[in-house]
Amino acid sequence: MKTALRAIAVGAALLVPFASHAHKMWLLPSATVSTVDQWVTVDAAVSNNLFNFDHVPLRLDALAITAPDGSKVAAESPFTGKYRSVFDVPLKQSGTYKVAIVNNGLFANYEQNGQRKRWRGNAEKFATEIPADAKNLQVSESIGRVETFVTAGKPTETALKPSNVGLELIPVTHPNDLYAGEASKFRFLIDGQPAADLEVVVQPGGTRYRNDQEEQKLKTDANGEVSIDWAAPGMYWLEAGAQDQKTSVKQAKQRRLSYVATFEVLPQ
Amino acid sequence: MRRVAKLASAMLLMGASAAAFGAELNLKLEIPRLDVAEYHRPYIAIWVENQDQSTAAQLAVWYQTDPKKEDGTQWLKDLRQWWRRGGRELQMPVDGVTGATRPAGTHALSFKGADKHLANLAPGKYNVVVEASREVGGRELLRLPFEWPGTQPQTATARGKSELGAITLNVTP
Repeated sequence: MKTALRAIAVGAALLVPFASHAHKMWLLPSATVSTVDQWVTVDAAVSNNLFNFDHVPLRLDALAITAPDGSKVAAESPFTGKYRSVFDVPLKQSGTYKVAIVNNGLFANYEQNGQRKRWRGNAEKFATEIPADAKNLQVSESIGRVETFVTAGKPTETALKPSNVGLELIPVTHPNDLYAGEASKFRFLIDGQPAADLEVVVQPGGTRYRNDQEEQKLKTDANGEVSIDWAAPGMYWLEAGAQDQKTSVKQAKQRRLSYVATFEVLPQ
Repeated sequence: MRRVAKLASAMLLMGASAAAFGAELNLKLEIPRLDVAEYHRPYIAIWVENQDQSTAAQLAVWYQTDPKKEDGTQWLKDLRQWWRRGGRELQMPVDGVTGATRPAGTHALSFKGADKHLANLAPGKYNVVVEASREVGGRELLRLPFEWPGTQPQTATARGKSELGAITLNVTP
């Protein structure tokens, strides 16, 4: 019984991966500044502390690695354990790689023959897989991105081009050119348009070893831009979220958008 | 009229580089002897920096070049400031700039205004930057200001605390 309950709870957590802000999702690369023919290894987890593995792994099903020339690279040696997932990325090209986990989906629950049912899928499957006699149908849509960036040699921007779907970050300052004591600027887009008045939270790693969360709460300007001051070198976590009604199926009332990224800030 | 102006500015430019033609930049650099269990010779980059910290000229980069050992270029990024300011854009090795790591002791470098390192350096104020990074050790960066080519001999000195010893820069016009 307990196991069954737990299974349901885990199932629910998986169904609404971006519902809770209590846990932080992140990708943590072993290096962000590297050279051609080197490798980086990346940890992927959902945790309370940054950047410790203390809750559940981040699943790698929707992992997409974009090479400097815009092509896709397959992750090597993927592994998902109790608390984290891990994978390696060979840096064969010169330039910037984008490592992203993009969860884009519809979530439904309904009743059929007196039983509650849950469903997860895309707009195409939605039309065929939800039975005609479904009662009390509730549908929500979410697009969530968890990203990080790694550069071999000189930073480039081809891999950072937005897909213009959901909430995305594009560089004003290159995400692998961040230094303590210097301000960096990023622009946020929703479906390719500047996301004004968006709340952005930035937090340095190492929360286990301090009392204060040290969150920086920022808001984007009319151009969707935000300027971030990095007080000290280290790994930083950034999160932004928004909601709108631009759903892909009419049964879904709301679309939830989220964006998370990990940045490395270097000393001068 | 315009042609005259162009001619005049061309002469001015020629005058400028001719003025620096006989100039010299000499650097004495001490790599300290360190009493540590595991010692590796430091990677060292030496370059000329503009006032806005962009790179004006590459002078020297010493790194692990032995082909029998693992590829030394992978650690060049640890010369962090140099890497950011142009190192990451270079194809290694660079003729006349890069070379093998050097042992502890004092090393002398000499560059003439006519050398390719400095031939394109416009008259003005600069820094010589020396950055050192050692495997399983520390990192240190020092700046020595100078004017190129200047009107009289200049000397600047700096002393590191950990990875670099005494550095003396002499510039003669």
